[in-house]
Amino acid sequence: MNLDPINNKVLSGQRLSREDGITLFRSHDLLALGRMASHVAMAKNGDRVHFVQNMHINPTNLCVNRCKFCAFSRSKGEPGAYEMSIDDILDRARKAGPAVREFHIVSGLHPDLPFSWYLDMLRALKKEFPHIHIKAFTAVEIDYLAKLSGLGLKDTLLLLREAGLGSLPGGGAEIFNPTVRTTLCAEKISGDRWLEVMEIAHRSGLKSNATMLYGHIETVEDRIDHLIRLRELQDWTGGFQAFIPLSFHSQNTEIKKSSYTTGFDDLRTLAISRLLLDNFDHIKAYWVMLGEKITQVSLSFGVDDIDGTVVEERITRMAGGTTDGSMTRDELVDLIKQAGKKPVERDTVYNTVRTWE
Amino acid sequence: MGIEHIKKKVAGTERLDADEGLVLLRQADLLTLGELAGSVRKRLHPERVVTFIVDRNINYTNICVNKCRFCAFYREADSPDAYVLTREEIYKKIEETIALGGTQILMQGGVHPDLGIEYFEDLFSSIKSRYTIQVHSLSPSEISHVARKAKISITDALKRLKASGLDSIPGGGAEILVDRVREQVSPNKIRWREWMEVMKEAHRLGMPTTATMMFGGLETQEEIVQHMVRLRDLQDETRGFTAFIPWTYQPGNTELGGRPATAVEYLKVLALSRIMLDNITNIQASWVTQGAKIAQVALEFGANDFGSTMIEENVVAAAGVSFRMTRQEIVSIIKDAGYTPAQRDTRYNILAMEK
Repeated sequence: MNLDPINNKVLSGQRLSREDGITLFRSHDLLALGRMASHVAMAKNGDRVHFVQNMHINPTNLCVNRCKFCAFSRSKGEPGAYEMSIDDILDRARKAGPAVREFHIVSGLHPDLPFSWYLDMLRALKKEFPHIHIKAFTAVEIDYLAKLSGLGLKDTLLLLREAGLGSLPGGGAEIFNPTVRTTLCAEKISGDRWLEVMEIAHRSGLKSNATMLYGHIETVEDRIDHLIRLRELQDWTGGFQAFIPLSFHSQNTEIKKSSYTTGFDDLRTLAISRLLLDNFDHIKAYWVMLGEKITQVSLSFGVDDIDGTVVEERITRMAGGTTDGSMTRDELVDLIKQAGKKPVERDTVYNTVRTWE
Repeated sequence: MGIEHIKKKVAGTERLDADEGLVLLRQADLLTLGELAGSVRKRLHPERVVTFIVDRNINYTNICVNKCRFCAFYREADSPDAYVLTREEIYKKIEETIALGGTQILMQGGVHPDLGIEYFEDLFSSIKSRYTIQVHSLSPSEISHVARKAKISITDALKRLKASGLDSIPGGGAEILVDRVREQVSPNKIRWREWMEVMKEAHRLGMPTTATMMFGGLETQEEIVQHMVRLRDLQDETRGFTAFIPWTYQPGNTELGGRPATAVEYLKVLALSRIMLDNITNIQASWVTQGAKIAQVALEFGANDFGSTMIEENVVAAAGVSFRMTRQEIVSIIKDAGYTPAQRDTRYNILAMEK
């Protein structure tokens, strides 16, 4: 397969088409993908590789949606179900070290709590930790909170923002293709709705990330279409900060797959994301899912962000993720340096906190 | 001397010297090393086949006089979990291996203080009288030990072992073939010249061997390159090495401790070995130490062989690292990378292509 025409487009800064994306996915020339993606990453971010010191808080695994790919969610009364009170959340937040700059808060869709509870939670956190950025609620949760509030998306987001919400994570995008989405997660909001929530959030001044869950039952075309829809919205709003492909972990879920995604698939998906999403500043390798080794290698395949120190994440681990629950800052810095890159500690909105040589 | 000059030499199939190897290891970025290694691999293996072997490691004992500081496997003779396998246990493991389509057993200790050459002669001849299987066993350290114990030369020990059924020799215990490092990490183990002598004599007797390198411990980058050059020099003389297998030191449960080498370091050293070792045909990826994902990616960094299905593996597992792969997983991961998987024997003859 001749990648030269695509390579020429990349080198001259032309946007790649859907067909280009499919051609790239069909190629086995992993190093050529790495070269092209590195060219783009270098133009956007130089040698810099970003990370943030953050703490994940997953307040409950109760969820009115029961997506088939999810090993985390529980129904009320089911063994393993848990929910945290606002005091529990504050207790947990107090365990964050002084260097933590971000709370990453995502949850199941709790069946009973009123909208006011979420505002109270944000206010309580903000009161005690005014200096820590709150990145919370996927588009799926925002849609659910708008239903609870009865106020519509725009006003719901406004109230959440006033209570302390700083930005949105990128979860719940899964795969936009409606057929695949129905098989994976029939109860979850549609891809159109996910994009609509993000559009309104961006227009309200909230930045967000975007994700894609890959390695389950989707086709290569589904992946490319997903990327192109994100690219189209980004052309309009410019509100996405980072794109994060999430490799599917099948253990303890209802989707039966032989094993994890392969190293090739992880690296090629990251590289092709970097190549297609020419209007995204950052491509993030989420090491909790990919493992430290592939994450480090991905820094030569277009990735410029490796998320954070991630104190205690529960969602991937319940699906058989094998990485430790957390990495220290020094470990992240080492990983980046050994890959020949420059570590940059950032805050949630990509201001530089500290650099290392 | 710059990278561009070295790239030209590699493209012109010229051999790199130690200084040039060092420049690559120090200055070349990951993708450049991968591209250079890929070009050498393509020259030696144009057919886009990735081989693997079905075999089993049988560690007949974990009692070892060497007590290397990087090792989590060995035990003192009086330790509660010290063991020597019985003949029946060994037979059972061989029968299971054959039932799974295995063609080779890799028997290694422990260098047990009391097991002499007669023990191994009897073991190998009784295995050969019962089973059709390749006996790929005893690393140089064990061979040197039995020769010394019997007060005979390495050559005579190898001749006797060969006559009793030893077919080929695994390349373990090479660690880093530089005595400065060996004195620190494995002071009781044979020095590099003796390791090389065992291999040289084995090659002379027509026994193929592999060669390994364990890096990520106390060695310098110069010493990594020196290791490769020393192997290449002997290979020019004997042509007896079938494959080179670099892997990373696993610090769990060891006296030496420390941190493991990262994936990028592994892939760089692997790629450099493909570039430097122009006279060793095969380079193995190490899924046992790197996991399936990086082992697959290693196919783009010079590796053309996926090693073994390792029906049983104990030594790396003792350091707390326990990746497992079935034959089916190995086959599907090779295909996913765009290669044709093929089962091979010890001498890298292809037994069956997987479609």
